[in-house]
Order: sequence, then structure tokens, then C-alpha cells
Amino acid sequence: MTASRPFADEVRDVADQYPESRSAVLPALRMAQERHGGWLPPEAFVEVGEALDLTPAYCKAVASFYDMFHLAPVGKHLIEVCTNICCGLRGAQSVLDAFEAELGVMPGETTRDGEITLRAVECIGGCGWPTVVALDDYHRLNVGPEDVPAIVQEVRDGE
Amino acid sequence: MASDPGPIVVLDGADDHDLTKLSEYQAAGGYAQLERARAMEPGAIVEELNTANLRGRGGAFFPVGRKMQFIPPKEQIPKPHYVCVNADESEPGTFKDREIMQRVPHRLIEGSLIAAHAIDSQHVFIYIRGEYLREFEILREALDEGRAAGLFGDVTIVLHRGAGAYICGEESGLLESLEGKRGQARSRPPFPAISGLYASPTLINNVETVATIPKVLELGGAEYAKLGAPPESTGTRLFCVSGNVVKGGNYELPMGITIREVIYGLAGGIPEGRELKAVIPGGSSMPILTPDQIDTPLEHDALRALDTFLGAAAVIVVDERACMVQLGLRVAQFYMHESCGKCTPCREGTRWMVQILEAVEAGQASHDELDLLLDVCDRILGKCLCPLGDAAAMPVASYVVKFRDEFRRHVDEGACPFGGESSLEGLFAPVDQHSHHPVVEEGVPA
Repeated sequence: MTASRPFADEVRDVADQYPESRSAVLPALRMAQERHGGWLPPEAFVEVGEALDLTPAYCKAVASFYDMFHLAPVGKHLIEVCTNICCGLRGAQSVLDAFEAELGVMPGETTRDGEITLRAVECIGGCGWPTVVALDDYHRLNVGPEDVPAIVQEVRDGE
Repeated sequence: MASDPGPIVVLDGADDHDLTKLSEYQAAGGYAQLERARAMEPGAIVEELNTANLRGRGGAFFPVGRKMQFIPPKEQIPKPHYVCVNADESEPGTFKDREIMQRVPHRLIEGSLIAAHAIDSQHVFIYIRGEYLREFEILREALDEGRAAGLFGDVTIVLHRGAGAYICGEESGLLESLEGKRGQARSRPPFPAISGLYASPTLINNVETVATIPKVLELGGAEYAKLGAPPESTGTRLFCVSGNVVKGGNYELPMGITIREVIYGLAGGIPEGRELKAVIPGGSSMPILTPDQIDTPLEHDALRALDTFLGAAAVIVVDERACMVQLGLRVAQFYMHESCGKCTPCREGTRWMVQILEAVEAGQASHDELDLLLDVCDRILGKCLCPLGDAAAMPVASYVVKFRDEFRRHVDEGACPFGGESSLEGLFAPVDQHSHHPVVEEGVPA
């Protein structure tokens, strides 16, 4: 967490771009999620709400609609495997299986050391280059099960 | 294979130059059309787009010029007018806007600014899906460069990141989301042209559509209209080719190329000489086609005649190893996951579809339930606030109708006839993930 500027000021700078400040709720939730270690604890909704003059309940209701906001703790890193049909037709399940084996967790779970959360995700838009895997939101294309150990090592070393 | 693949329009120059850089884009003639457009009357720009018959590339195929003409003059509705660029590309099978933003971001920006001039707007929002982080960064950099060079005039462009919701690619869901709400579909009318963003007149167009605008002006509407399959399907599309092909990827081609040419020409055919089983012509929401239909040109009228659509030009190739019940189940699971929940036919119908398809796949359904599945699809189709319900019902119904024998075999044999060997066997869907909770250990805030 940076001590440089108050969170509310940073949020209000973003909100100034929009005709109505409520439009900044998604960017603000993203900023809050980054400050809170990748997820949104209850106090995050209070902070965002105070900055944008919204209730915490409203902020949580919005956050809960979107897949990229996490309402429970996640690992320091996210590994997300697309299992929609285009990747699926080309072996996405074997890639997901390989990550499960390598990390020792099921989709939706976090490794015991708190480092990595594994998720299956819906189409992230790289269908021509299956399987698509997002590593902290940066996409890796053409991933096969044989690539998985090296990817996990890379994510762990990325710290 | 067809001889000349035809002209490249949207990605023009991107193979030879790094068009993400403003200097290179300008050296290639970039932003010249913006300058020209600003010297034109807005009505003349709209006329040029109508002459070109430029249609929306996001899936709905609506004429762009007409959409602009729906925006009332400011004297009539004295509010700011907005331009929203829909960069929330989320339809499974579609990944073209991603390449446009990666390789020709300035062409998108130039198109946005021309569109803004055409409807007398000073406010552009680009709504980009949250999952496109790299594309967001490229676009942000291009915007910074363009802004610093003073190209925007009195127009502000705000780049807005989504946060993971397919429905925000639907125009009213996008507007709700951009207003800081849950991205749930709006009831229409009023349409966005009258009451869109912040209840003001709003033009919403897809990335590819907007990025085509500068080239339409450059070529002239009449010349552009000669490309592709006129009079209805003019110009090029970025065909997104995926599934069981040797070389998947985006191919920019004039509309009218046949499915066969795309699969067996450009994409190198199906690996290991396997047989084609089916093709989805426009993204996962579109009714499926069978191998006897692949000589169909990829253009609006020809596909309409086969009761399907070009959609977002996403060609998904399915080979003989895929179980069609599993394909239908996975498609239904996706739309169930992405249903915004606002209207009943979609919210309940997609769940019901998943339940029936699970039973069929498990060999626990009766023949009556195949009819029930079609009935459920019928009760969704055309009865929802937005096209998401249709997006689930149309493809699944087409699988049942066109592969009825395969569905029947599941019932008759009391099991999947693929015996665990389908290419989609056991495919995990994120909708089943929500019951899992992360293991909370030390180092992770609880």
C-alpha cells in the first residue's frame, strides 16, 4: 500500500474524467483491490463508497457482478485458464488438469503458501491461439500441458 | 484456394510498419482523414458511410450512417452527445478487436474522432474489456501520444476498463456499466441514440466498425462499396478462425469468401486429416452449419438464407471428435454464467437448458426431454430484454435439430456414445467453480 496520497484523492482524480463520478466505481474498485492484495474485503467498499459518495452496499453490489473482482482472498498471482469451446476443442481441459496437478489445487482454490490462485475462466479472446492462459491478466497463447511446469515456475519466480 | 485474397483495409500497413507509433501511422497517411473530415459537414460524412453501406461489425450488422442519423440535433435534445466505442469483445470465438487495438490503435482513435465530428460530440468513451490488459496499455499509450500531439482538438477520449462481464458487450449493458452500475440490460425503447449514456444521445459502435471509418473516407464510399459482396455485405472483415484448424488466427478478407476457402485454404485445413463435423459461422451464439453447407459465402444474405448469421465473423471449426451434446452444454453453461439475471426467460431458461443438457449427456434423459429442450429455447427466443437469451437458445436449438440422431443416441444408449473419447470430454465450466473457496493460509489476509 502506497502512503503517498490518500486513496480518496486518487479516486477523485479518476472520477474527474467522467461527467458523473459514479462512473468511476469500476476503476476505484480495481484500485482498491490492488491495495488490498488482490481482493475486496469489506473495508474496501467503505473506502470506495466514501470517495465516490456511494454506500458500501452499492459498491459491493457492483463488484459482485463482475468476474474480475474477488470477494474472497486470492493468491498473490492468478493463473486463469480459458475453458470455453474454442480452447476446449483444442485441449484446454488437459491444460487445466496439468495446472491442477502442478499446483495441487482445484480451480477456484489457492495454493497453501498463498502464492497462486488457479481459476478456469470463460473466453478471454484469444480463440485462434489455444489454449489461452492469463497470468496476472497478461495472456499467454498456444499453451499446452507440457508448458505448465515452466509457467508455474515463472510465475513463482516473478516475485 | 482463391487466387487474390483481396485488399486489406482495417489492418492496412500493419505488416510493414509499427503503426502503434504515432509517427509511423502519420507517415502512412494516418490522421489525414480526420483532418479532411473536420473540414466536412457532419452530414457529408454520414452520407459517405451510407454510400459505403458500412455495417456494424460487432454482430448486429446495422448501418453505421443510419445509426448516426438517429442522433437528434443538439437543438432538439440540448445535452452533450456521446460516442462509445465498444471494445468489450467477449463473444466466444471472437478476437479481432484485440488485434486491431494491438496493431492499429491510432486507426481506431482516428475513427472515433471522425465519428465524434459526425454527430457533433466532444466526448468519446472507449469501453475495453478488463481481460485485455495488454491492449489497454497499447491503447492508453496511443491516446497519450495523440493527445500530446494535439490531434484531439476539443474532444476528450476516456479509456474505460471493464471488469469481466460478457453482457457489457451488449450496448445497454455497456452503458449501465459505464455509468458505474451492474452491467444489466436496459429495456428499449428509448434507444441509445435518444437516451444512452447519462440519458443523453449516444452513438455506440464496435472497434472494427470504427477503425474502418478512416479507410472508408480515404477510399470514398462508392469505392468501398465495391469491396466484398455488395450491395449488402460491403467491405472486409477480420475473420476470426478457431477450433480444429491447422492455422487459427485473424484473416482480413472481403466478405463473400466461402467457408471452405477459409477452413481449407487460409487456415490450412483440419489437423491430421480429420473430418469436418460442423462450423459455427459467427461466434458461439450463432446457429451451426453442417459440412454440406461450407460452400456458402461468408456474407449476410447467404447466411441468412441458412437461418444463421455472420455475427462477429468468428468461424469456429468443429471436427468429428466432438460430442454435440457436450458442445451444447458448454455453450449453455457459458450463457448461464453470463446472464445478467434481469429478465426471467434468460435467467431461468439458460439454467434449465444446462440441466437438461447435463441429463442428456449423462444418458439420463428421455426423448421427450429433447423436445422440452427445444421448447425451452423457443420460450427464450425473442422474449428477452437483450440478445443474450437468444445467444444461448439459437445455437443450442440448432445443435438439437441438426444433430438430432446424436442426441437420440445419448437417450437410447443411456450414455454418451463417444464413451469418454469426445474432444470436449469433461470440460470444466467456470459456472461450477463458484462453490469453491480459496484455501486461506498464512500470508493471505482472511
